Amino acid sequence: MRFEPVHKTPAVRTEQIILFRSSNQIFAISSSSVQEVRSVDSLAGASVEIEEPSVPKVRHLLKRGERGVYVVNAATHFGLRPSPAALIFLLRKTRVALLIDGIEKMTTMTRLQALSPAFCHEERVWYRGLTVLDQNVIPVVNPQGFLTEQELLQLDATAGALLEAQAASAPEVELTP
Amino acid sequence: MSWTEQLDARSCVLLRLGDRRFALAADQVSELVAPSRMFRFAHRTPEIDGVILRRGRVVPVCDVAEKLTGKRLTSRRYYLISKRRQQGTTDWIALPVSGDCELIQADLTAAGPSDLPHVAAWLSHAGEVIEVLNLGALTPGIEPMEGGVDRAPLPEAHA
Repeated sequence: MRFEPVHKTPAVRTEQIILFRSSNQIFAISSSSVQEVRSVDSLAGASVEIEEPSVPKVRHLLKRGERGVYVVNAATHFGLRPSPAALIFLLRKTRVALLIDGIEKMTTMTRLQALSPAFCHEERVWYRGLTVLDQNVIPVVNPQGFLTEQELLQLDATAGALLEAQAASAPEVELTP
Repeated sequence: MSWTEQLDARSCVLLRLGDRRFALAADQVSELVAPSRMFRFAHRTPEIDGVILRRGRVVPVCDVAEKLTGKRLTSRRYYLISKRRQQGTTDWIALPVSGDCELIQADLTAAGPSDLPHVAAWLSHAGEVIEVLNLGALTPGIEPMEGGVDRAPLPEAHA
């Protein structure tokens, strides 16, 4: 005869994450927030260079359908030394693509610790919290924290003007009968 | 119970930062640990050096020596893990100290209106007058707690 255990151990909630590198630092991002991973080479044909002095972390606009996606340089965003970026994360539910150095690995986290209140500046927007993996503390980035509404408005204005200027200077195609 | 009575004879931990000594209310001290590996990640809070792992908890490290003595600590002998409480929540912060800590029982004198915000009270020990620290005012992130010693309100708060 078998007895049912009185207390069932609650299933540990896990989350799939991608560990990525930017300027020699490791960050984590939920894999569910990454829609696509592309090589920087793919920027060549599909992007427009953009320069908005108030948002120096964005240098490219990816044309995807009606709306553009802004490519945020992760190293500049986090105030780290510039480093040669190789990959782009296209993030879900945002108009942000993230320029990173490379992917370290995919793994799972079982616990996300809130950022201590002692951290009281932009990092509170940058990160969802911290996780501990193999006795290392890894910040888990907030996909919504790369561009503010204000920055998006500024970038949209700059991109709009840029695209209009490009359209005006493009040679008209003559139709031959 | 008056505020002065509340502050009478309290357990305090004396800590050393360089050649000066300061005190913290003992109920704000969690433990004294040897320095362990510090983890650093990108952030914008200059007062925080990094974080350490302690009992599965990520604890930020805040060197308060520069603020209190004008010099950063050259040697960190221990981390004093301190508790900060606000609005029903507790968080921990590791303060690097340069020497042994001592638990004492001392009579506290209220801080005056001219004292700096990081001074919660004063105590006298072995012929030395020592500042009892208000962690809320000294470390980043939370609004300065009133008094800092068991939330005893400072006189100026009611002025």
